[in-house]
Amino acid sequence: MSHIQRTTGQRFPNAAKAASTNPLKMSQPLGAALAYLGVDRCLPLFHGSQGCTAFGLVLLVRHFREAIPLQTTAMDQVSTILGGYDNLEQALRTIVERNNPAMIGVATTGVTETKGEDMGGQYSLFRQRNPDLAGTALVFANTPDFAGGFEEGFGKAVTAIVERLVEPSPTTVKTQLNVLAGSHLSPGDVEELRDIIESFGLSPIFLPDLSLSMSGRQPSDFTATSLGGVTVEQIRSMGASVATLVIGEHMRIAGAALELKTDVPSHFFSRLTGLEASDRLIRTLAEISGRPVAAKLRRQRESLVDGMLDGHFFYSRKRIAVALEPDLLYAVTSFLADMGAEVVAAVSPTQNAVLEKLKAATVMVGDHSDVETLARDADLIVSNSHGRQGAARLGVPLHRMGLPMFDRLGAGLKVSVGYRGTRELMFEIGNLFLSREMDHDAHPTPHGGDGHACGGGSCGCSAV
Amino acid sequence: MLQDKIQDVFNEPGCAANQAKSAKEKKKGCTKSLKPGAAAGGCAYDGAMIVLQPIADAAHLVHGPIACLGNAWDNRGTRSSGSQLYRTGFTTDLSELDVIGGGEKKLYRAIKEIVQQYDPPAVFVYQTCVPAMTGDDIGAVCKFAAKKLGKPVIPVDAPGFVGSKNLGNKLAGETLLDHVIGTVEPEYTTPTDVCIVGEYNLAGELWLVKPLLDEIGIRLLSCISGDGRYNEVAQAHRARVTMMVCSQALVNVGRKMEERYGIPYFEGSFYGVSDMSDTLRTMARMLVERGADKGLIDRAEGVIAREESRVWRRLEPYRPRFDGKRVLLFTGGVKSWSMVSALEGAGLTILGTSTKKSTPQDKERIKKMKGDEFHQWDDLKPREIYKMLAEDKADIMMSGGRSQFISLKAKVPWLDINQERHHAYAGYDGIVNLCEEIDKTLSNPIWRQVRLPAPWEPAPARSLLAAAE
Repeated sequence: MSHIQRTTGQRFPNAAKAASTNPLKMSQPLGAALAYLGVDRCLPLFHGSQGCTAFGLVLLVRHFREAIPLQTTAMDQVSTILGGYDNLEQALRTIVERNNPAMIGVATTGVTETKGEDMGGQYSLFRQRNPDLAGTALVFANTPDFAGGFEEGFGKAVTAIVERLVEPSPTTVKTQLNVLAGSHLSPGDVEELRDIIESFGLSPIFLPDLSLSMSGRQPSDFTATSLGGVTVEQIRSMGASVATLVIGEHMRIAGAALELKTDVPSHFFSRLTGLEASDRLIRTLAEISGRPVAAKLRRQRESLVDGMLDGHFFYSRKRIAVALEPDLLYAVTSFLADMGAEVVAAVSPTQNAVLEKLKAATVMVGDHSDVETLARDADLIVSNSHGRQGAARLGVPLHRMGLPMFDRLGAGLKVSVGYRGTRELMFEIGNLFLSREMDHDAHPTPHGGDGHACGGGSCGCSAV
Repeated sequence: MLQDKIQDVFNEPGCAANQAKSAKEKKKGCTKSLKPGAAAGGCAYDGAMIVLQPIADAAHLVHGPIACLGNAWDNRGTRSSGSQLYRTGFTTDLSELDVIGGGEKKLYRAIKEIVQQYDPPAVFVYQTCVPAMTGDDIGAVCKFAAKKLGKPVIPVDAPGFVGSKNLGNKLAGETLLDHVIGTVEPEYTTPTDVCIVGEYNLAGELWLVKPLLDEIGIRLLSCISGDGRYNEVAQAHRARVTMMVCSQALVNVGRKMEERYGIPYFEGSFYGVSDMSDTLRTMARMLVERGADKGLIDRAEGVIAREESRVWRRLEPYRPRFDGKRVLLFTGGVKSWSMVSALEGAGLTILGTSTKKSTPQDKERIKKMKGDEFHQWDDLKPREIYKMLAEDKADIMMSGGRSQFISLKAKVPWLDINQERHHAYAGYDGIVNLCEEIDKTLSNPIWRQVRLPAPWEPAPARSLLAAAE
């Protein structure tokens, strides 16, 4: 069973409870669907009951405020027991007839994985029986709902795309660069990275490329597939690139698969948020391209450094609880530690190797109710929109990151990578602290007077 | 067991569509079989949740892998005036080992934890596909837990793959009939106690209706299930009259309450002026028929007269603004019907509606009301709707959230009238709210701007430019 999770080294404590309460975790197929949505003219397909698709669809629609193409093999009781191949074949044929996508990305669900559908066999059988559909790329990923989570599913879909579509190339295009972009990168982040990479004269191929499909499109006609994203042809040509940037722990397996298949050397980045992390990216790009760093990036770095000097007052020793998908959790907690804040709790929805690297007082695998317990004395909670109920009960401000973010506009366009993205994130969180400190009435001093937390000066007010 | 239940639901004699069917057709059920690769919509579990989750003080525990709750919690606009426990998502989050070794023990522990920590009046346990396949007997676990913990623990046996959302609605209704209704006696009863079935208090809609009932002197004994409390739902058997709101979904509940407890029921609607008045009138009349004070009818007529004159006066300012504006209305069927007359009363022109979920009788009714000119679309594809909108055949589309982008991408105003909506449209005030929302979006200045060509596109004709100034 290829989908059994790797268990690496240390295991972090799970909440010792049977009822997950206000779950942080989302399912693997949902992550896979998002990865597929970063491929141009793609239609993701869940092999399961139609409800599996409906719920996932609603969640992505609420987050991105975009039409989300997502289909289902509509398994019922009978097909679940007798086997789902017929439903799968019918679904694939119907999709091609109606929508003619360039690629169909299939993700299994708990229903088909409990039955134990042999997806490898079904792929071969389908290709054999349907030679007329040879022009449509097909990618299958095993993503049972009862194992792993959103990030793992995303990673598996990217790995499946690499394994199925990428071809080795006898030649190398010196300016072509692959980027395996993990699910912790928003469409806005991918756009920012494209900007940075292009400033070195390189042409990036992002897999997946959500910046082209999920950042707000205005189609000229109705489309039932993804509109924009990396094309199947571009994916096939990734073997000709000069190097691959692998962003995030959950992209490692895909990165290894790509390197194994194409011999394109890869560079791993555990995060791209923070000054040092951004420096590493820029240094790597300068080395790969042999070009000097653009003036724009130099200005951005200077501005970030200056912003850190202005902002550090408000971050020092702030107690922050963070609950996000593992790689985003790592990026955010590391950035907060970089700024002098204390991460009192880091909560991950799943066990993951990256948790070993976290700098936090408590690291655990849990849900939003665990965050609520751990964040009692916190100054800030960083989590997705589901964190708002608990944050309100505690009276602790919530900075929203990750997915789903259904109570904010432009959720998909937030940028937190590179010098500029780090600066934006630093200001946004810093402003939450600042506004609390400027809010004289809300925090009376023990003396009962008009208390003032900044001690005068640093926040720019004239209080003494 | 579950199959028997499903067949029972398919046999529902209270359903108008069903009466016209042969025995063989009945057995096949009321939902068209889903087409793989071209299906949309929720599953039976989703439908069961829609009906039961508004019971606000109960805990709702989903027995399944993470997808069933983790992807889906905290996404409905049903409101509660008291307990917020229904907004807390509970799941057993089944892992690989639970799939292999069975999840019954974990389920019991989860129920126990919830009872100990939250002390709800009841726990609803939802079955899902995976434990249904591996054979977890949630009925037995619930029975055991109820006995051990001294609390009602109710199994909701509607795993997703047994069918559609509509079937799930009905199975949830059966659950209430089997396990909840009739288990608690009210402290006192009155001759004007009513039970409303199929009203979920979305965006607080029930609160636009309840003050009118209070004023007339009708006591809302039990609402299934908007702003619901477990004990109130359990007392529904003492109502004098049942009102069925979304009749297709929970017709089995109304009919069986009549069969078991002799409570007459009627189908009513809170949407639209005349439907709202008819509902109040019918409710008062039926209560009086069952022995309530005759003055009830006069009080109802008094409220109706006052509210109707008030609502038409409040809708008057919209008439000139709505003149000539064309509406595409896409909703589940019955409820749109009650809105049409009110919208037309406010001066809008309704072009047509989808009748995918309507019965042949419904369609006949629409034809009678609206004539042959009026469009009834059975299976309109998104692409076709987009084309109609892009070709300027309508000024606004009203539908559920799923189809919003068809309209918005065509740069045509859109209004959410489905379950995720943020505004309450029920009752007399609700229809004014609806017109206000329509007017707000129709008169928003963005529509002109977003249709302007980009600077690099060919310049528009002079007349268009002038219009844009």
